Amino acid sequence: MSSDQSVRTSGAGNRCDGKRALVTGGASGIGAATARLLAGEGARVMLADVDEAGAARIADGIGKAASSTFLDVCRADSWSAAVASTVARLGGWDVLVNCAGILRRGTIETTTMATWHEVLDVNLRGTWLGAREAVRHMQGTGGVIVNLSSVAGIVGDQDLCAYDASKGGVRLLTKAITDHATRHGLGIRCNSIHPGVIETPMVANYIAESDDPVAERALWDSYMPPGVTGHADDVGHLIVFLVSDESRLIDGAELVIDGGGTVE
Amino acid sequence: MTQRLRHKTALVTGAASGIGRQSAIRMAEEGALVCITDIDDEGLAGTLALLAGRGFSLHHDVTDEDSWHSAIAAVLERFGKLQILVNCAGIGVRNDNIVALEEEGWDRLMAVNLHGTFMGCQQAITCMKQAGGGSLINISSVLGIRGSADALSYCASKGAVRLLTKSIAVHCGRQGYNIRCNAICPGYIATPLGLSVRESLGDEEFQRLVDKHVVGRMGIADDVAGMVVYLASDESSFVTGTEMVVDGGYTAG
Ligand SMILES: NC(=O)c1ccc[n+]([C@@H]2O[C@H](COP(=O)([O-])OP(=O)(O)OC[C@H]3O[C@@H](n4cnc5c(N)ncnc54)[C@H](O)[C@@H]3O)[C@@H](O)[C@H]2O)c1
Ligand SMILES: NC(=O)c1ccc[n+]([C@@H]2O[C@H](COP(=O)([O-])OP(=O)(O)OC[C@H]3O[C@@H](n4cnc5c(N)ncnc54)[C@H](O)[C@@H]3O)[C@@H](O)[C@H]2O)c1
Repeated sequence: MSSDQSVRTSGAGNRCDGKRALVTGGASGIGAATARLLAGEGARVMLADVDEAGAARIADGIGKAASSTFLDVCRADSWSAAVASTVARLGGWDVLVNCAGILRRGTIETTTMATWHEVLDVNLRGTWLGAREAVRHMQGTGGVIVNLSSVAGIVGDQDLCAYDASKGGVRLLTKAITDHATRHGLGIRCNSIHPGVIETPMVANYIAESDDPVAERALWDSYMPPGVTGHADDVGHLIVFLVSDESRLIDGAELVIDGGGTVE
Repeated sequence: MTQRLRHKTALVTGAASGIGRQSAIRMAEEGALVCITDIDDEGLAGTLALLAGRGFSLHHDVTDEDSWHSAIAAVLERFGKLQILVNCAGIGVRNDNIVALEEEGWDRLMAVNLHGTFMGCQQAITCMKQAGGGSLINISSVLGIRGSADALSYCASKGAVRLLTKSIAVHCGRQGYNIRCNAICPGYIATPLGLSVRESLGDEEFQRLVDKHVVGRMGIADDVAGMVVYLASDESSFVTGTEMVVDGGYTAG
């Protein structure tokens, strides 16, 4: 598919020319930044979120290359509808970025069954449902899937019991997908990315809702090396690379993007 | 016989078969009192007969929160304390690949392998705190480290158990509970579950997987049970939050 220059918004690149991307969690944070950067590199994007109005606002800001739709990643029927509207609006579907996610506080002792299931449903099951739609749709033509895990899928955090489990699950889900796609020669690449602390509404809200926001802020700062701050665009740039053909040999990989926070 | 688990009390789920059964037998031999649980009552009776009177069995469905309450209550009633939990109950499901798997299969597998492990750890910690410490042992897999096309939800569940284990270890350590939590990642083990892979994948593909174990064979339940005993014993008192890989070199090459 050749790119329509008039559709371009920010940036002047063409690294994702012709790609048609569905970005979940597109109303906020990493998803919103990713959609904007992908569009800046020539992709057409569908921003999908439970926050339909938020997704529409971000899409408007991006311009003609972007559309938006409602999506609850926990529901298979919602996925079918979002995929149908993606294909209709973008003329096809090659890229899935699974950014929708939630963060909930709770140790093994304080996590209720309700919170446990809520987090696993959105972060793990939702990612699976999306990837399944993508592989079913793209298996004739090829494509790219990027799953948002986290450094929480690599190292444990006492206060994020359910979140850690969900991200550990996404990390391995990704590898099982890659094994399937490579064995069957589907031409679909699938990778997981593992950000450290990224300053998005997710982190800001979590800190604001804690009993002691000042101490909580200091704790989150301690997860990153001194003086290092992660921004949604940092992760967005990595996702652009993973979507582009420059990364064609990167498959089933775990890409850590944490400013060195988990090295020590 | 040595008595590396003398005076200790344990609950082993999935103990009617395979790794759970062998772990229960080995722990009893090492002096522990063992409560063996499963949904397979016949298999449980078989395991009980091999415990030389050092335990009792209980019908227990790990996917059911109330069933966990009664199992733990029964252990406290019979043994007075709970110090070791081995979460061995686990299943695979058919058509477990990214294209074919339906929600019913995903949810059933997660309920046993992941949610069951979560509930077990959560409830056991409450009693272990009272007992002055304990050891939580979760069974992940090499498929919690490496991907496999035909074990999609299984991989996801085992990856999740691996990180759940770390979160628990950090929490219990920082709280000073003297409760350790570790995962074991076995390679392919010759149990009904491990051998069912041959049935679903066929001989040739199964042999390819067996060949990935650099020692040239799949494991036996006792290979894993030895690690369970070690993690249950005080010999491993500095070991927590790890993933003990018992895989004949599957992930080495
Ligand atoms: N911010 C970080 O520090 C950080 C670090 C590592 C990983 N991540 C992961 O990156 C992803 C994006 O996080 P973010 O920081 O941009 O968060 P965010 O809260 O800013 O955005 C998440 C978006 O997901 C949407 N969402 C939530 N539940 C949904 C559902 N059921 N269906 C559809 N959309 C839903 C929300 O409405 C929101 O717009 C998440 O998976 C998160 O776990 C974030
Ligand atoms: N065999 C292998 O190759 C292998 C490799 C790595 C990890 N594992 C893991 O080791 C553990 C034990 O597996 P195994 O090979 O001994 O299998 P197995 O099938 O021999 O034994 C598993 C037992 O779990 C029980 N079980 C299933 N659902 C249950 C439920 N809802 N409540 C209570 N019990 C239930 C079964 O009845 C069975 O007795 C599992 O978690 C498995 O995933 C096995």
